[in-house]
Amino acid sequence: MNHTALSSDFNTGKAPTVRAKKIHKNTLKTRLIVFGVLAAALVILAFFSEYLCPYDPYVQDLSMAKAAPSLAHPFGTDRYGRDMLSRVIVGSRTSIYSTLLLVGFITVFGSFIGIICAWTGRWLDALLMRISDLFLAFPGLVFALAVAAVLGGGVQNAIIALAAISWPKYARVARSQTLAQKESVYLRAARLSGCSTAKLILKHILPNIFGPILVTAMLDIGTMMMELAGLSFLGLGASPPVAEWGSMMSDTRNLLTTHPWVTLAPGFAIFVSVMIFNLFGDTVRDWLDPGNGR
Amino acid sequence: MNYALKRILQLIPILIGITFLSFAMMRLAGSDVVQELYSNRGTEVAQEVIDAKRAELGLDQPFLTQYVNWFVNMLHGDMGNSYVSGSPVFTTFINKLPATLILTVMSIILTVVISIPLGILSAVRHDRFTDLLLRFCSFIGNAMPNFFVGMLLMQLLSIKLNLLPVIATGVNFRSALMPALTLAISMSAKYMRQVRATVLEELNKPYVQGAKARGVTDRVILWKNVMKSSLLTIVTLLALSIGSLLGGTAIIESIFMWDGVGKLAVDSIEMRDYPIILAYVMWMAIIYVIVNLITDLLYHQLDPRIRLGVTKG
Repeated sequence: MNHTALSSDFNTGKAPTVRAKKIHKNTLKTRLIVFGVLAAALVILAFFSEYLCPYDPYVQDLSMAKAAPSLAHPFGTDRYGRDMLSRVIVGSRTSIYSTLLLVGFITVFGSFIGIICAWTGRWLDALLMRISDLFLAFPGLVFALAVAAVLGGGVQNAIIALAAISWPKYARVARSQTLAQKESVYLRAARLSGCSTAKLILKHILPNIFGPILVTAMLDIGTMMMELAGLSFLGLGASPPVAEWGSMMSDTRNLLTTHPWVTLAPGFAIFVSVMIFNLFGDTVRDWLDPGNGR
Repeated sequence: MNYALKRILQLIPILIGITFLSFAMMRLAGSDVVQELYSNRGTEVAQEVIDAKRAELGLDQPFLTQYVNWFVNMLHGDMGNSYVSGSPVFTTFINKLPATLILTVMSIILTVVISIPLGILSAVRHDRFTDLLLRFCSFIGNAMPNFFVGMLLMQLLSIKLNLLPVIATGVNFRSALMPALTLAISMSAKYMRQVRATVLEELNKPYVQGAKARGVTDRVILWKNVMKSSLLTIVTLLALSIGSLLGGTAIIESIFMWDGVGKLAVDSIEMRDYPIILAYVMWMAIIYVIVNLITDLLYHQLDPRIRLGVTKG
């Protein structure tokens, strides 16, 4: 009986499913490599940006001011005659590295708090969760503006402001994941066999909750990049003359009607990098968490 | 009802915490408000005038006294006067609200009209051309910061086609259209994906197959069963965005010169107009708590499992 059921299953549905899965996995691998390489290329390009730009991004040449895109200046020039292509390339460094720094910091900090909450429980958990509620309810913009008022503008302060309001998300993910792990049988076994708390957390819990946290972080890179650009756009992040995509857009926004390329070029740069990081993030999600993908 | 009351009481600690935090941050801000005020007006004044002004604004008192004074006055409905214009904070704030409300309502309506039908269409046509195309569009939309979308729209609708004013000409429908459209495009890109995922998940559940086997038409399944269950997720999402929209979207409001609370917040922070910032912070906290409350209550209405679980407990 059992046997026939199994074989009929095998003949009708099962075999093709296995194959379909395999195919899916293969494209996933390709996507992972392609988008991974693209994202890595972006990060490396940003690192060497100074050597890559055709002109000095800070040298003004008023005779060339507001030139339309041409072969010599593919993105045209701004009102000081600075080459937009070079400025966009140099801006990648500020934009991409601050984003990565920000996401890295909130991931580590948020997870740390989340694990502590789940592990100790009781009043510390309640207290830290209320604090995280407070930051969630706090208008991000006001916080950013207040930080800018306290510490002055600048990219690092924009990062601090965004970090302060973004860590609770990671704390929540880490907390719920740790709570789930805490009840598991393997952890009880590890504890019975005399593992220290540090070892339990680092060797047993951390590897098991790493996936969801990494997925959250990967999917967050694009969003954070846009948020940072938004703050700079409002004049709270990087300030001129430092080349940063958001501040470049706001700096030149009154040229939009007459010389749109000056404003749109950094916008496209944000768009392309966010897209690459989003694609990579989605792929990592599919890879680590296959059920959630489709 | 009891439950709602309890949730509203939760507002109190959050409000106290948040206003205290803002107060502390403004204190930390270091730069002297009064000096800033006069230098903004471009006048050089004697130290005595500054001290007198400080005393008038109550800034010479210890930090905690200032906070308690402010809080007690606030409970009496007096939120102080703006440092810059001198007019009462409450009226200043209330005057800016309609603009933000109009923008919120318009962009939510647009978002619902765009994202829900397209999301469902995308789910129904799973992995076919329509689905791929729609997913591609939503992907593009997701990667664009909303101020970039706004600028592209400005470029296209105002400058190329000359259909709408570039910046707001006052609080009216025509001026609201472009900021609302900008917000709606950005939000729809996100929601289309969510709606698609939710509907797709429902469509793959066994009961749908069961209904199909019993000969229920696809249309009935989609609209009567699947939509009902998917509504939960969609409602939560919408509630959350209404919350953030009511806070005024500072960037969009300032690009289009739309005179709402978001722009007010940016302006008052630039001018260090602390009483107005505090009002804004409180407004945001209230929205946050109320939106969460409404979402929970809607959950109870829409999902019998949660509803019954609560009445039992």
